[in-house]
Amino acid sequence: MTGRRILLTAAAATLFALPALAAGDVGQLEKQPVNLSAIAMFLAFVVMTLGITYWAASRTRSTSDFYTAGGGISGFQNGLAIAGDYMSAATLLGLSSLVFAKGYDGFVYTISFFVGWPIILFLLAERLRNLGHFTFADIASYRLDQGKIRTFAAIGSLTVVCFYLIVQMVGAGQLIKLLFGLDYNVAVIVVGVLMVVYVTFGGMIATTWVQIIKAVLLLGAGVILAFLALSRFGFSLEAIAQSAIASHKDGVKIMGPGTLLADPVSAVSLSLGLLFGTAALPHIMMRFFTVPNAREARKSVFYASGFIGFFFLIVCVLGMAAITIVGTDPQFFEGGKVGGKLIGGGNMPVMHLAKALGGDLFLGFLSAVAFATILAVVSGLALAGASAIAHDLYARVIRKGEATEREEMRVSKIASLVLGVLAVVLGIAFEKQNVAFLVGLTFGVAASVNFPVLILSMYWKGLTTRGALAGGIAGLISAVTLVILSNAVWVVVLNNPKPIFPYEQPALFSMTLAFIVTIIVSKLDSSASARAEREAFEDQFVRSQTGIGAAAAAKH
Amino acid sequence: MHSPANTPVYERVRRNPKFQELVRQRSRLALILSAIVLVGYYSFMMVVAFAPDLLHKPMSDDSALSVGFPIGAAIIILSWLLTGVYSHFANGRFQDLTDEITRETLQ
Repeated sequence: MTGRRILLTAAAATLFALPALAAGDVGQLEKQPVNLSAIAMFLAFVVMTLGITYWAASRTRSTSDFYTAGGGISGFQNGLAIAGDYMSAATLLGLSSLVFAKGYDGFVYTISFFVGWPIILFLLAERLRNLGHFTFADIASYRLDQGKIRTFAAIGSLTVVCFYLIVQMVGAGQLIKLLFGLDYNVAVIVVGVLMVVYVTFGGMIATTWVQIIKAVLLLGAGVILAFLALSRFGFSLEAIAQSAIASHKDGVKIMGPGTLLADPVSAVSLSLGLLFGTAALPHIMMRFFTVPNAREARKSVFYASGFIGFFFLIVCVLGMAAITIVGTDPQFFEGGKVGGKLIGGGNMPVMHLAKALGGDLFLGFLSAVAFATILAVVSGLALAGASAIAHDLYARVIRKGEATEREEMRVSKIASLVLGVLAVVLGIAFEKQNVAFLVGLTFGVAASVNFPVLILSMYWKGLTTRGALAGGIAGLISAVTLVILSNAVWVVVLNNPKPIFPYEQPALFSMTLAFIVTIIVSKLDSSASARAEREAFEDQFVRSQTGIGAAAAAKH
Repeated sequence: MHSPANTPVYERVRRNPKFQELVRQRSRLALILSAIVLVGYYSFMMVVAFAPDLLHKPMSDDSALSVGFPIGAAIIILSWLLTGVYSHFANGRFQDLTDEITRETLQ
């Protein structure tokens, strides 16, 4: 069934909630006719971003330029880039199709996606900025054992990056096959090659600008589409709602919560994974180091959450409008059967909406934006992965800080190339694979492995290296195990009749376990190094609050 | 170890009453705002899970829109406005205080 497949792959990219819906059978998509206007617009985007990469390459001299754009991005620009990192193609396609299919339940997901941002600002952004240099491992290893913690944090980051990359690559391949009419493998290779070019030549400067352009395009496309949709209904939300109730098979039920989140344990586990998984995604955390100071870091989260919130609200309007405009138009259904299968699958309502309201040209534009979006997210991920390898593993652990900047940069570039090849190979290998479990794993690992260590290292004096390692490993093992035992893998992939773990998201359980183990092991740790680590907290605390010493540390 | 424990510079900062004030006030603001967002969001989720009918109510007798929509939109908009509140204080008063502490410590 193509609908489910699309929902799974494209939407799963950031929407790990969707597998609940999409974990069904994995079918094959049919290739659509070659879409010339979409390809032309996409090429225009690629040419523009390659130009930027060329410009950025001339400015990328130091590791700091490479990883953090030299800290020279303004709060507003960085806000757009963060929003770009967070608003993937899945947000546009997945959330709007959820609203299209389920009405208000889709809106509940949208809200859950949003609330992590204010929390990140209030509790994390400042300290991340003041303590960190390039990566999240910088923070965790501030007072703990460098070698062990950096290795552990780098592995955690790389795990998240790799799973997320696969999901994005598979989503890209499927989307492009559908929207551009290109082969799956061609699409995956194009994404991989462009990603490597942006990252190796332009580093964070290019990646940031690709992200900014894409965020502007995505916001612009959303606003235009919403304007066109609203104009059909005399700019009245009430009229949209009335007509949606009349058109949707569930009628008035779509105006309130239905069955999607009926189970409170799943709802809580989902929201915990979203809140804290987001906060611990390596490519998102890296964005706090691209601005010159804490002031700009705070501003950037304010702008980012403004853009994200605004976009999410627009997406809901689009989904509601699509219920009538797309849902009652036979041209968008296979065989012209209204209420049957949507052409291109269940993830396509917003694309059909674009065609209905703006014709083929607008559909082409939106397709190009969707592709650009995947490209930008993948580049951010690759850079985060490369920094974990080059900065944490190579420069700090293997060379123990003796590597020159030039050497570290060379390793970063090789690492991005390797990640690019890996992403293409895995993207092709996983084409027909159910990626739902990968999405569950991505957020599960981020929330259970990275997050507890990150937050406790900043907030809890008692944390020791042993505790962090034990808790992190417990989180990793439990998150992976629970995902394997859940419906997405145990039933869908392994064909067992019933899942052993009844919920889709492990965060509630694996994250709690990680916290408990970390705290108990830290408490029991009476070694001399543990004592030193606890004592060092006071100094770390001053720096995390004031940033004093941060500038000096950035030159080490 | 990244930095030796109890560096004199940090010791001086810790003794500065302005630092104590900064930490106390900013942490309080962050905790209050986080609590508002989290309590608001989880209350909403509990209504979604246990009392969905409350959100089904129409906004007025002849309205198709349910009260769930403005409530949901309000959670998003309010949370965003709170990031503005935090940034306003953190970048204003608290940043000034931080700058003063830094100046006094490093001179």
